[in-house]
Amino acid sequence: MAEMTYADAAKLAIAEAMRTDETVWCVGEDLGRGGVFKQYTGLVEEFGPKRISDAPISEAAIMGSAFGAAMVGTRPIVEMRFADFALCATDELVNQIAKARFMFGGQARAPMVIRKPMGMWRSSAAQHSQCLESWYVHIPGLVVVCPATPQDNYSMMRAAIACDDPVVYLEHKNLWALEGEVDTTLVGKFGQAQVRRQGNDVTLVSWSNTANLCVEAAETLAAQGISAEVIDLVSLWPWDKPAVLASVRKTGRLVVAHESVAVGGFGAEVVATVAQNVLLKSRPVRLGAPRGLIAYAPNLEDQMRVTAEMITDATRNLMETESV
Amino acid sequence: MVANFDIKKGLERLRMMERIRAFEITAKAAAIDEELVLGAIHLCLGQEAVATGVIEPLRTGDYITSTHRGHGHTLAKGADPAAMMKELLGRAGGCCGGKGGSMHIADFGVGMLGANGVVSANITIAAGAAHGVKLLGGDQVTVCFFGDGATNRGPFLEGLNWAAVFDLPILFVCEDNRYSASTLTSEMTGGDGPAARAKAQGLPTHVADGNDVTALAETAEEILNRIRETGQPEFLHAITYRVDGHTYFDPAPYRPEGEALREAEQNCPIVRLRDALGSAGAEAAVMDSIRTEAAVEMTAALDAARAAPWPLDQSVFDDVQDVGSPAQEAY
Repeated sequence: MAEMTYADAAKLAIAEAMRTDETVWCVGEDLGRGGVFKQYTGLVEEFGPKRISDAPISEAAIMGSAFGAAMVGTRPIVEMRFADFALCATDELVNQIAKARFMFGGQARAPMVIRKPMGMWRSSAAQHSQCLESWYVHIPGLVVVCPATPQDNYSMMRAAIACDDPVVYLEHKNLWALEGEVDTTLVGKFGQAQVRRQGNDVTLVSWSNTANLCVEAAETLAAQGISAEVIDLVSLWPWDKPAVLASVRKTGRLVVAHESVAVGGFGAEVVATVAQNVLLKSRPVRLGAPRGLIAYAPNLEDQMRVTAEMITDATRNLMETESV
Repeated sequence: MVANFDIKKGLERLRMMERIRAFEITAKAAAIDEELVLGAIHLCLGQEAVATGVIEPLRTGDYITSTHRGHGHTLAKGADPAAMMKELLGRAGGCCGGKGGSMHIADFGVGMLGANGVVSANITIAAGAAHGVKLLGGDQVTVCFFGDGATNRGPFLEGLNWAAVFDLPILFVCEDNRYSASTLTSEMTGGDGPAARAKAQGLPTHVADGNDVTALAETAEEILNRIRETGQPEFLHAITYRVDGHTYFDPAPYRPEGEALREAEQNCPIVRLRDALGSAGAEAAVMDSIRTEAAVEMTAALDAARAAPWPLDQSVFDDVQDVGSPAQEAY
């Protein structure tokens, strides 16, 4: 076990993979300077500029050429800088990478990790703050990961690099400096949730930064006599239905919370799946951002946030409503 | 008799062009007369020289990427026409298992990394194949074919710049058939055309008559030899003409009257090569038999495709992804 940040945990996983597999390489803007969030600091010194490759500000070419290089036998880690900018490479990801293996009848493989730092921190406005994970879950061919802790950012990065499918790897910008214990013997498993806190009264389901807010909310609720179980999905496709269903069968109550817009969000998928399989004691609760846009001014920006307090209040209200 | 004309090579080129043409004619008939080809196909009738001449100097291990109009490139790179025809008919044994059809035709076994349904998308992918070769220390070159219409999309700029910045062993070939689907490309394009744009990005550029297979093959060989030596990207603008419509069912009424007929009669790459071969002393009977053999080969390919079964129903969930595969979990 070692104490490290969320950013360093993923970096360690990358460095370890690059030491053992010469075909692994990273490509993106400013990687030679450590990346825009310093999540690549020191790697170019060890691996050189061919394998920690700077790129022009050409998202389509970064994504498309990494895909071409993947098809001929390399394992690229693609850095998109901001999840928002990755939209400039949507054709490359959605029409090409996700579909190539199938369209070509199994001839092509795209073993790629596509890193997209996402989410709100402070005053970054509408083009540097989005969480669009549900878009990618909607695209067959892609694996979608949203780690929330240093441990998961290490374990899941190891799994993503080893994966022969394209993995959309959504790190939350707010978590780069988050510190935690990391067991470097662990490799993550896609579709395996983390039970971040055990409880009996209500199940809180989330992922990424909001999963951490759910843990915070569960601690507050515990002080108020409510025992909340927190399930951090970690990966959204595949996702750990058995873990969620087992938990709600135990608690009979469900709260799903995420940072992205509630409408059409992955929370709807979780609620629908639970509703199809389990008769709950009370109506499920879904927390997500309003279908509005993220502003620059803090008072406007905050209206788009799902906070630990909101999760706490919604859960308490749910516990106070009568069972159906 | 024309001195120095290599009749043997000329006949090989004629054979490849006749095979491509016969494939297209056979596929078109299968689409129209028998409704065996279910989706849209984009024929390269009249453009056979570009695929034939440029691919001739390539080795099997070298890579190409192609466009929605990709049958000629695929055949020239060495794919099996029966597997291709099965793919057009959506049958088992098609080179993509019936999952891709004409617009996603591919044969990785001969270095053909795929046609593409999105104009210009293959340009960054091809640059990436060359990038991968360089990272792996391989000696393959990559050739990227795209149309004139593709020069108006962003990946053209991004992909050429990428190849220039990373010093990649790739030849970009703009196969200019003058039409962007059903619009004249010149009416939709600023500046001085594809070569000028490539030159502005630092690539050595060449302009060629895309219907003169002899000159084209010689030019391509010279360029590709240089790319193998220098590892640097180059650009070839090959001017040709699309005799058919955008798709096989497009009558192309937007073209000036007589243009297609004039091109087919006066600028046909096959006729031009036959004339050159004839002047050099090749026998018409030999050339006729090459045409007949090509037709027989492609008829047999269609017969094989017609007889092939549909893909297995359950194959629809194969080769999507290993992790979270729809074969295990589709909802």
